[in-house]
Amino acid sequence: MIEVQKITKRYGQHTALDRVSFSVAKGEVLAFLGPNGAGKTTTMRILTCFMPATEGIARVAGFDCADQPMEVKRRIGYLPETPPVYQELTVTEYLQFVGRLRGLGGKILTSSMQREIERLGLGTVQQRLIGNLSRGYRQRVGLAQALLHDPPILILDEPTVGLDPKQIIEIRELIKNLAGSHSVILSTHILPEATAVCQRVVIISGGRIVAEDTPGQLSARLRQSEKISLTLKSPAADTNSRLKAVQGVQNIFTSDASGTYLLECELGRDVREEVARLAVASGWGLLELKAISMTLEDVFLQLTRHEEGLTPDAVVASKEPAGQPV
Amino acid sequence: MTPVQAIIAKELRSYFVSPVVYAVGSVFLLSVGLLAYLYVVFAGSQAIQLMQMQGSAQLNLNDLVFRNLFASTRFILLIILPILTMRLFAEERKLRTFEFLLTSPVRVNEIVVGKFMGVFLVFLGLLGLTGLMPLMLALFSDFDWYPVLTGYLGLVLLGALFLSVGVLASALTENQIVAAFVSIGLLLVLWLLAGLGSLLGDTTIGQIVSYLSFMEHYDHLVRGLVDTRDLVYFFSALILMLFLSHRVVDSTRWK
Repeated sequence: MIEVQKITKRYGQHTALDRVSFSVAKGEVLAFLGPNGAGKTTTMRILTCFMPATEGIARVAGFDCADQPMEVKRRIGYLPETPPVYQELTVTEYLQFVGRLRGLGGKILTSSMQREIERLGLGTVQQRLIGNLSRGYRQRVGLAQALLHDPPILILDEPTVGLDPKQIIEIRELIKNLAGSHSVILSTHILPEATAVCQRVVIISGGRIVAEDTPGQLSARLRQSEKISLTLKSPAADTNSRLKAVQGVQNIFTSDASGTYLLECELGRDVREEVARLAVASGWGLLELKAISMTLEDVFLQLTRHEEGLTPDAVVASKEPAGQPV
Repeated sequence: MTPVQAIIAKELRSYFVSPVVYAVGSVFLLSVGLLAYLYVVFAGSQAIQLMQMQGSAQLNLNDLVFRNLFASTRFILLIILPILTMRLFAEERKLRTFEFLLTSPVRVNEIVVGKFMGVFLVFLGLLGLTGLMPLMLALFSDFDWYPVLTGYLGLVLLGALFLSVGVLASALTENQIVAAFVSIGLLLVLWLLAGLGSLLGDTTIGQIVSYLSFMEHYDHLVRGLVDTRDLVYFFSALILMLFLSHRVVDSTRWK
C-alpha cells in the first residue's frame, strides 16, 4: 500500500531525511520509532503530500505523492502531531466540516460521524466547543477526524500523546482492530507501544533508517549476542586487542575516558570467567564485570545514540531504562 | 456540499462565534452612520443658508451627502477590512490546522476562494446594513438613486479588492498583527500611487501609475460612471491577488 524509495529531504543545508526506503503492506501496522528530530514527522508529511521530497519516490495505494496528490489525499487519514482542531467549533460541527471537505454528505456523513463519536467515546462532549476540551479529548477528536472517511491508510503522528493510561490502552486496542483492514503507520518514541500494536518496527535516527524488523525479531537479534560490561582501572594499550582475542568475543565498544568496555559475545557463551582471569593476570585493575541483558529499549538507544557519535557504554550508563510513561 | 461551500460555511461560523465580527461590524456601522448624520446635518445647514440668501433652495443630496460619504468610507474600509482578513491563514498556521487543510483532498485554489468568499459575505452583510441609510433618506427627500447604486457597486468592488489584499497578507505570515499591518501597508501604497500618478501628470508613466491605483476607478463609480475599464481593473486586481495568495499558500509546502 505504501512504498517509499530512497526519499531524501533537505531544508537548505540540513538533511532531514537521507535515502529512506521502506514499504507497508495492506493491513499491516508499522511503527516509526525514533528520537525527536529523527525525521518521523518529515516522512509523514511527505506521505500525506503536505510537502514534496527533494529526491526519491513515495507511492501510496499505487499513486505517486508528487504527481497525483489528490488521489493520495483521498485515501489517507492523517493525524498530525498537534491535533488539527478548530477551537471555535463544536465536535459535531468540526466533524461535519471535515466530512464535507472530503466529499461526504447526507446520510453517509451522519452515520460516519455517529460511528466515530461512538468509537472514540466522544458522545458526552459532542456539543461542546473544542476549545473547552482537555488535551486527551482533543487528541480523540483528531483521531475521529482521521478515521471519519474510513480511509484504507492511516498515518498517525504520536497518536497516544496526552492521553491517560486507560485511554492509551483503548486507542491501542482501536489501532489493533484497524489492522487487517487498514494499513497504518504510526510514529512513537514509546517502545512498549511499538511492541504492543505493530507488526513491524522501523527505527529511524538522524534521518536514516537504522533498523527494520518485527518487534520479536528485533529482540531476537539482541539475543544473538550476549553482552558484557567491563570496567578497568588501568587498561593497557593492548587491552582491546587482547580482549578481542578471547574466544567468543565478537565485538568491543570502548570509551577511553572511563575505561568501560562493552563486549559482544557469541550467543550462549559466557566469557566472564575468562575475561576476569585475563584482566587480573594482566593487572588492568578489574573494577566491574557484569552481564547485560538488553531490552528493546536498549537496542533503540544503542542504535539511535550510536548515530550521534556516542559509544554504547552510554547505554550502560543509563541502564535505568529511559522510563517512558506507559 | 462542495469543499468550497464547506469552507465558506466554516469561515462564517468562525467569524460569528468570535467577537471579531461584532467589534469590527459595530465600529464600521457606527462610523458610517455618524458620517452620514454629519453630512446630512451639514447639507441641512447649507440649505438654511441658501434659503436665507435666495429665498429658495434646491439641495443636491447626491453631491452633498453621498459623494462625501462614499469618499470617507474608503478610509474606514482601509482600516477595518484588514482586521477581518488577518486571521484567515495566519490563524490556521498558528494553530497547526494549516497542515490539515493542505492534506485534505481539497485544491489550494478551493481553499483560497472559500476563505475569500467567507469574508466577502461578511463584508456584504455589513455593507447591506448601511443600505438603511439611503432608504431612510429616501423617505424624506429626493435624490437620484443611480449614482447611489453605482457608488455601492464601487464599495463592493473596492471591498473585494481590499479583502483580497488582506487574504494575501494573511497567507504570508503566521502572525495576525503582522498580517493586518502588511495589508494596510499594501493598500496605502496602492492608494498613494494615485498621488504619484497625478504628480507625473499626463505622461505615459503617469497614466500607468494612476491606473494602478484604485482611486480614479472608484471615483468614476461614485460619480455614477460605469466604465468597463474600471470593472476590468477591479476584477483583474482581485484575480491577481487571489492568484498570488494561491502561490504563497502552495509555496509554503516547499520550504
